[in-house]
Amino acid sequence: MDDEDDEELQRALADDIISASEDEGGSDDERKHCKLLEAISSLGGKKRKKLTERSEASIQVSEFTVNAEGEGDKIHLSDLIGTLDKTPSALIKTKKQLKNLQHNQSTLETPLTRKETEKIQREVAFEKTSKEVSRWQSVVLQNQKAEQLVFPLNQEPSGPKRIEQVVAGWKAQTPLEQEIFSLLRMNKQPLHDPVLTPTEEASLRAMSLEEAKIRRAELQKTRVLQSYYEAKAKRGKRIKSKKYHRIQKKVMRKEYLKQFDEMVKTDPAAALEELKKMELSRMKERMSLKHQNSGKWAKSKAIMAKYDDGARKAMQKQLEVNKDLTQKLVIPADEDEEDEEESAETLPDFVNDVEPILDQVNPWMRGKLSTEPMMEESNRLHPPVWPREVGKPGEGRDDQEEDEEQMEETEEESLLRGFEERRKLRQTEDVKVSDDEEAGLSNFTSLFHGLVNHMEPPADQPKAGPGLGQGESPALLEEGLVRVRTLEDVELLSQDISASDTALLTTRDLGTEETDTQSATQQADKKRKKMIDPNEVLTKEAKVIEMPLAPTAVEDVEDKEEQRVIIKEAFAGDDVISDFLKDKRKQEEAGRPKVIDLTLPGWGEWGGLGLQPSRSKRKRFRVKVAPPPPRQDQKLPNIIIAEKRDSSIAAHQVCQLPFPFENPIQFERTIRSPVGRTWNTQNTVQKITAPKVVTQLGAIIEPIAREDLIKDIRQAVTGPSINLESDQGPQKKRRSQCSNGGYKSTLS
Amino acid sequence: RRDSSGTSRSNWKINTMIMKTNNSIYLCRQSFFPSRNSFFSLIFSIFFFLMESLVCASFIHIHAMKVKVLSRNPDDYVRETKLDIQRVPRNYDPSLHPFEVPREYTRALNATKLERVFAKPFLASLDGHRDGVNCMAKHPKSLSTMLSGSCDGEVVWNLTKRECVRTLQAHEGFVRGMVVRFCGTSFFTVGDDKTIKQWKMETPGYGEEEEPLNTILGKSVFTSIDHHQKEGVFVTCGQQVDIWDEQRSSPIRSFSWGVDSFSCVRFNPVETELLASCASDRSIVLYDMREATPLKKVIMNMRSNTLCWNPMEAYNFTCSNEDYNLYTYDMRYLDKPFTVHMDHVSAVLDVDYSPTGKEFVSASFDKTIRIFPKDSGHSREVYHTKRMQHVISIKWSSDNKYILSASDEMNIRLWKANASEKLGLLAPREKAAVNYSQKLKEKFQHHPQIRRISRHRHLPKSIYSQSKELRVMKEARRRKERNVRKHSKPGSMPVVTEKEKHVVTVVK
Repeated sequence: MDDEDDEELQRALADDIISASEDEGGSDDERKHCKLLEAISSLGGKKRKKLTERSEASIQVSEFTVNAEGEGDKIHLSDLIGTLDKTPSALIKTKKQLKNLQHNQSTLETPLTRKETEKIQREVAFEKTSKEVSRWQSVVLQNQKAEQLVFPLNQEPSGPKRIEQVVAGWKAQTPLEQEIFSLLRMNKQPLHDPVLTPTEEASLRAMSLEEAKIRRAELQKTRVLQSYYEAKAKRGKRIKSKKYHRIQKKVMRKEYLKQFDEMVKTDPAAALEELKKMELSRMKERMSLKHQNSGKWAKSKAIMAKYDDGARKAMQKQLEVNKDLTQKLVIPADEDEEDEEESAETLPDFVNDVEPILDQVNPWMRGKLSTEPMMEESNRLHPPVWPREVGKPGEGRDDQEEDEEQMEETEEESLLRGFEERRKLRQTEDVKVSDDEEAGLSNFTSLFHGLVNHMEPPADQPKAGPGLGQGESPALLEEGLVRVRTLEDVELLSQDISASDTALLTTRDLGTEETDTQSATQQADKKRKKMIDPNEVLTKEAKVIEMPLAPTAVEDVEDKEEQRVIIKEAFAGDDVISDFLKDKRKQEEAGRPKVIDLTLPGWGEWGGLGLQPSRSKRKRFRVKVAPPPPRQDQKLPNIIIAEKRDSSIAAHQVCQLPFPFENPIQFERTIRSPVGRTWNTQNTVQKITAPKVVTQLGAIIEPIAREDLIKDIRQAVTGPSINLESDQGPQKKRRSQCSNGGYKSTLS
Repeated sequence: RRDSSGTSRSNWKINTMIMKTNNSIYLCRQSFFPSRNSFFSLIFSIFFFLMESLVCASFIHIHAMKVKVLSRNPDDYVRETKLDIQRVPRNYDPSLHPFEVPREYTRALNATKLERVFAKPFLASLDGHRDGVNCMAKHPKSLSTMLSGSCDGEVVWNLTKRECVRTLQAHEGFVRGMVVRFCGTSFFTVGDDKTIKQWKMETPGYGEEEEPLNTILGKSVFTSIDHHQKEGVFVTCGQQVDIWDEQRSSPIRSFSWGVDSFSCVRFNPVETELLASCASDRSIVLYDMREATPLKKVIMNMRSNTLCWNPMEAYNFTCSNEDYNLYTYDMRYLDKPFTVHMDHVSAVLDVDYSPTGKEFVSASFDKTIRIFPKDSGHSREVYHTKRMQHVISIKWSSDNKYILSASDEMNIRLWKANASEKLGLLAPREKAAVNYSQKLKEKFQHHPQIRRISRHRHLPKSIYSQSKELRVMKEARRRKERNVRKHSKPGSMPVVTEKEKHVVTVVK
């Protein structure tokens, strides 16, 4: 029965369990039993891990311990990872991720509709291209600002070309040629034609003719100055006056000290050098017997010293000089101070009657010099105090001369330096001057540029061009039915227009007639004054402010009254009426004819100081001018009508400030500066009148190329090169020198 | 040497002559004339030296001696060659040349008048077409060659001889568009017969037949064609914008963005991969050849007929619109045009930039041509003749000197771009004079007389009255708007600027 049951069960489970040994029948009972057990256990619902059987290793057992046949078991992710556990770099992270994935139940979003994706694509593409296109902004702006544009843009430089530029494909072929060329190349000699060597080119580039001229002039000047200086020095040397030399030296020393002080501040290294020089001189002094009271003069003085106070003093002075000259320069470091103190302590205590100060002064007596440390560089902070002049000029001569030499040197140096500076300054000035000129000349353009700059929006926003208010911008053309054919027509046209213009002008406000700013402001004042009717608002006595400090009971005053009071207060300070009257009187005065005095003192009679020409003469030569027609505002007390306006000129005058100008002064300046050859030199005229756009006859102008952009960007990075040799400013002409030239062909 | 250095003051100057006499025969006695202050005595002394040196010639060497002499540098007054102009020393002292402003003003006024008198822009009329001229093409390498396509065939012109060089029957029906390949050896045409044809520029030899190099049959009518600046790629438009490789018979890319027909497509000459097209749904669409989709489009109130890119500014283009205006756009900011160019009184049919990128010329249905500065809202010049009908196509020659207009009445006209310019070579002095008068005109341009004269143009009566009418209409509209705004709730009627008015929307 058992067997039968088994059979049944087996049949029932046949669908689920696939076994390789199923077909074998009941030959192997034990195995069957096993299977049964397994089947039952699997029925129980709880999954147990099954031992896999090895039947065919290559197919069924994979290396990941996953049975290919499945054995009815689901494969879990953890099963797959199981093998990974064995590897030391445990992939916990991936495990976690996988787990998260398992937990995450949400489905993927559906892809965007085609319309939307396209929209996004378009936006991205547009961003990209607009960024790409924006690279041109600088070039475009530069071209807009350029004073002159020469088309075609990439023109070949005129003049003969080098062979290597023309013949590109030529090569040295024979071994001899190759050898020669290699030699030439090694020596940096020009390969083709007598072109310049690199060094020559460099030298050419280094100095233009102008610069060389300036440099030469400078050198000449320096030479001349030097010769002057030498001559002067010679003359000075020949002067025998001791006093003169003394004073001279004093002055020099002072100057030297001053210089040294400055040098300490500005150029410590140079100061150090100076210090070293001083140290050398000190050493020399120590070596020599100068100022040691050992000379003839000193000996004679020594004899006299006992009796003569003056002689003693002189000797002391000399010794002092010696001390000063031989003393090492001391730094105020702590150790040194201690040293000094010590030395003071160890100072021998005897006092000579004859030379009481000697021991204090004489370093030999101090016994300190040998122990003193070597001079230190930091001494430069304390420039040595140069000794006072001693009575004997001959003694300190050498030093003085040395000083002089130093002075000379420094002076020459400073001179040269000055020249150098001046040269630099001149260069900058040149640039400035030319700039100024250009600025003055093309005031208009610069102004316009300024405005453009001013108006230029940040790169993100579209620029606001000059045609801002499109609807309101004036037409450039005056279109009419009249055809202008000849000069007479033009004349007539202008007359017509002038007539109409004047009519227009007269109808317009009077304030615009004067171009003078002053009068304009005056006018404005007047206008302002006119607006307030003084008779209504003010009385002449209204100078005192009567203002209640606190609101009082007078609140039920009429509004009008209040208004009046307020205005009264506001304009209490300025007396409008009297100002106006004054103004008017002034204008009247100005318009009144003046008596012209033509008397010449001393003509026909005696003249001189305190002598007046006779009365009859004065009467005779005083000319009275006929009075002008009565003023228009003679009978209008509240109005000033300017008499200056000349209607015949008004037709030719500008009545409104034109667009790019900010104030009338600017405009007037541009008008006032003449352009023509009568007033300017030829070069200036050429510069001023240079047209903005220059095209060549018969040359095809190609659209701007990408190479230009790259070049421009590179230029912008390196900064504009300053062209020293040429008169034209560096940015004036954009004539790039590229070999890629515009194609030329002529119409004829 | 001939510049400002030679002022009159330096012509005569007291030179300090240093006579170094290595081989000299001068005899000098320093104490000859003790009164050196006297100028005349000094001259005398020198005369004496010279005389004596000539007469007695005693050889005494003197190392250096300074003598002050009145001398004149020959460089200042002697011509280098006798062909040179005589040098005229000038004194620039301003007190010697008074009234500079009035004098220059007069000169400016005269220059302006003369400019108007000499303004004769019309050069030639090329007639020979037997139907209205529909399109034209410039030769990229030759100024004298020019192509025109009429409503029945097409012609190649030689401009200098003003004669037709070659005629060929390219299409049946209209020639819609034509373009010369960048190398100038061949050209492409599109026509109403749904074909694109490539032709050789050379005239076929004797016995050879006039046959296209290449013919592509399309599915629909092509309305416009343009060629890439550097590569063998061209673009056509019709129902869609197609980009073609010259070697293939099917487009390498086609763009369509809900638009059924395009009227014009143009390559950007600077950023050569960019394109723009005008569509019949009043939109202007931008493309990048490298991208799969169009970039952006702007829809305007009225349809744009053609557009032209600025050849010097990569991102600016101008389109000619049906609403009588032209609009210059910055392609990065399409939401409103950079400038609105008004003045035409009828639909603008074509536009072309000058090769300098500073100006452009437009052709209109109102039978006029107008030249606009690229920044200005109004034209600086208007050309018209009695016989010129609706101008359909316009080109600015690539040397910036001429304008070609093709019109309905079968003629092509050649105009000067600058009406009063003298053609041909100018002598340097002539050039200088022109520059000077130009500068003067610019300087005094704000003065009323000069402005009025320089602005005056004659217009045909019809156009004059039409423009007047338009002005009145515009004024009336503005007045009405103002009144409405005045009587409506504040803020409910926002102020719309002229630029914003014409743009409907920007589609991304």
